[in-house]
Amino acid sequence: MLIAGVGGQGIILASEIIALSAMKEGLDVKKAEVHGMSQRGGSVVSTLRYGQKVFSPLIKSGTADILLGFEKLEAYRTAQAVKPDGVIIVNDQEIYPITVASGKAKYPQNLDQLLVQTGRKVIKIDAYNIAKELGEVRAVNVVILGALASQLDLNKESWLSAIKERVPKKAVQVNLKAFQKGWEVGEKQV
Amino acid sequence: MQKVLLSGNEAVARGAYEAGIRVATAYPGTPSTEILQAVADNYPDIYCEWSVNEKVAVEVAIGASFGGVRSLSAMKHVGLNVAADPFFSLAYIGSATGGMVIVSADDPSMHSSQNEQDNRNYGRHAKVPVLEPADSQEAKDFTVWAIKISERFDTPVILRLTTRISHSKSVVELGEPVKPNKATYEKDVNQRMILPAIARKMRIKVEERLKKLIEWGEDCPLNIMEIRDKKAGVITCGVTYHHVREVAPELSTLKLGMVYPIPPKLVRKFTDSVKELYIVEELDPFIEMELNHLGIFPKKGKDVVPVLYELNPERVEAALKGEPDPISPPMPSDIPNRPPVLCPGCPHTGVFYNLHRMKARATGDIGCYTLGALPPLSAMDTCVCMGASLGNALGLEKALGEEFNKNLFAVIGESTFIHSGITGLVNCIYNKGNTNLIILDNRATAMTGHQPNPATGVTLMGETTHELDLAELARACGASYVAEVDPYDLAKTRKALEEASESEGVSVVISKRPCALIVRDEWKPALRVDVEACNGCRLCLQVGCPALSMKEKIAVIDRVLCTGCGVCAQVCPEEAILERAVI
Ligand SMILES: Cc1ncc(C[n+]2csc(CCOP(=O)(O)OP(=O)(O)O)c2C)c(N)n1
Repeated sequence: MLIAGVGGQGIILASEIIALSAMKEGLDVKKAEVHGMSQRGGSVVSTLRYGQKVFSPLIKSGTADILLGFEKLEAYRTAQAVKPDGVIIVNDQEIYPITVASGKAKYPQNLDQLLVQTGRKVIKIDAYNIAKELGEVRAVNVVILGALASQLDLNKESWLSAIKERVPKKAVQVNLKAFQKGWEVGEKQV
Repeated sequence: MQKVLLSGNEAVARGAYEAGIRVATAYPGTPSTEILQAVADNYPDIYCEWSVNEKVAVEVAIGASFGGVRSLSAMKHVGLNVAADPFFSLAYIGSATGGMVIVSADDPSMHSSQNEQDNRNYGRHAKVPVLEPADSQEAKDFTVWAIKISERFDTPVILRLTTRISHSKSVVELGEPVKPNKATYEKDVNQRMILPAIARKMRIKVEERLKKLIEWGEDCPLNIMEIRDKKAGVITCGVTYHHVREVAPELSTLKLGMVYPIPPKLVRKFTDSVKELYIVEELDPFIEMELNHLGIFPKKGKDVVPVLYELNPERVEAALKGEPDPISPPMPSDIPNRPPVLCPGCPHTGVFYNLHRMKARATGDIGCYTLGALPPLSAMDTCVCMGASLGNALGLEKALGEEFNKNLFAVIGESTFIHSGITGLVNCIYNKGNTNLIILDNRATAMTGHQPNPATGVTLMGETTHELDLAELARACGASYVAEVDPYDLAKTRKALEEASESEGVSVVISKRPCALIVRDEWKPALRVDVEACNGCRLCLQVGCPALSMKEKIAVIDRVLCTGCGVCAQVCPEEAILERAVI
């Protein structure tokens, strides 16, 4: 699977939780991302694979099962890497790149439509507002993870214990709720 | 044993612990930085330090080895260029008293680097063994092996990682730590004074050592031969092995964990077992040239496997099938890019905004501030390597005359200045330059994740230490004009820059303010735009702050991103950018 977004959105923590959940089921896991220059507000893509045995940490373009888009433009940029009958879960958020802010380029206004036109199954989730209703906007990642989990075959318990391990102690309860909310949104769209 | 998920870098740190290493040094550099960070965070028994540069890092590690202690020194690929001098001497001196591993993290595809050099070549060049792990488990295990080999064969060992190993996480089964060596010191000039007469003897040792290493490599557990289909077999190393297994699981493989020196008998055994031989390796034809030297020529090698950029499963598959290189995956081209940018509230912005307004020329250096070269600031002209800005500026001055220098600035971060800029400053003054230098002191080595450095007065192990006074240092070197400014104050910064360029001799302006990311608690409330006053002139966008954009011809400030630094407010001719409380 692929996770795409903008540096600073908490993609690395999210991919960490996914990896840990798979590990808890005794599966082999590999995940890859690039830190550094690409992080300063630039595009970030994290790759994650699990199974009985994983060789390459990278995925051949056009074969990923699932794309988790933390930001719409980044989801669209990466969409072709998903297999034609794959799933794109996209967070309903737009972050303007500097090229747009400075007026050099235009942020596409029809991304929802463009995503659907790729032919992949698209699940849209308004994670920001869900997290806001729960009173913790920092739980956006975990809302998105809930939606993802509803589409995967890992046990819910593995997810819950991975979340408990990785989020700050004080924030465990609200994150578990966030996960549940995301799960419900994702489940409805099966 | 316990299984955990570790990045390659974290695994090397764990390996250092299991190998009984007690001194670890580094200068930060992507993708190697997290190795020392992980040592500092997890293994308090290991002394660790951010050295001022890679050369010093290796020299400290050599000192520890002289004292009988196992040591590790980590750096990015270009770091080994800086450390090459002690490294080549070390190759002669050896490490019999305390094992030494030099970790070189290469960056195929230059995700965060200025070049793509293949540091396996350093192994051949210095006649030193190179180990290359293919995942985190091997990153840990090979660190332990590196120490064993280092002590047994009296040689430093290069542990070569790549970005894909350093920054990928995979499952690692932990091992038991061995007991560290006992620290002792015995004077032994014949082993440690690399004078010509002694070096000539060491030279013989180096050649004999290589022979022994080759012998050992013939059946060492690091080189793994797997015979599957006998029709064809692949010799490969590192993460590329996994790409090969992914796309061509039927092929036989010889994975060289020790990629230098290459054991000829083992290679021949493999080539005799398969009908066709392929070599699949990232970057240079390193294995291939070694094999050519043995008279072995693969059916497929660098004629089909690209030399440029990182390999991945699809590129390997295309190469093996003889298809064109799918160098970049399909992506929509009609949507805006998202280049990296200076953060909101970045103190570098104020300096670059001024340089831009002054239409100054600037020789640049490497750090976050390299991003000041991008539009809309477009405030730097050159970037060569760490520390180059000063020499480059002096060279321009000598080539074009003093007049040219009036509006020319060398721009360097404080960590980079300490790394390799101080010598450039001394050189400018010694050689009667008129160069203007700007040191961007943001109280952190920010680019690589905010490591402390001598100007911050804190060590990697969290101790407070002497804080290097950059202004005093500049004066001691002989700078004729030295000023410290707050880059959030655009007018004062401008004044200092103008005074610097007007004054005779070498001038130094120190821009002093902590990186906004390390002082989040000092952020002011987000600014806001007075929509009545804003005339849509877009001047504020010249600051290049990601928190600013235009909507319907009016400037808007992103409330989440804005740190309240106030730089844009100073730029606005209509005074339309205000503090929140004022409206
Ligand atoms: C020889 C070498 N070592 C390490 C690096 C990685 N690196 C690039 S810039 C930099 C430090 C930047 O710190 P500083 O000069 O303080 O600038 P800042 O990022 O804080 O603006 C490092 C470690 C490199 N490019 N070359």
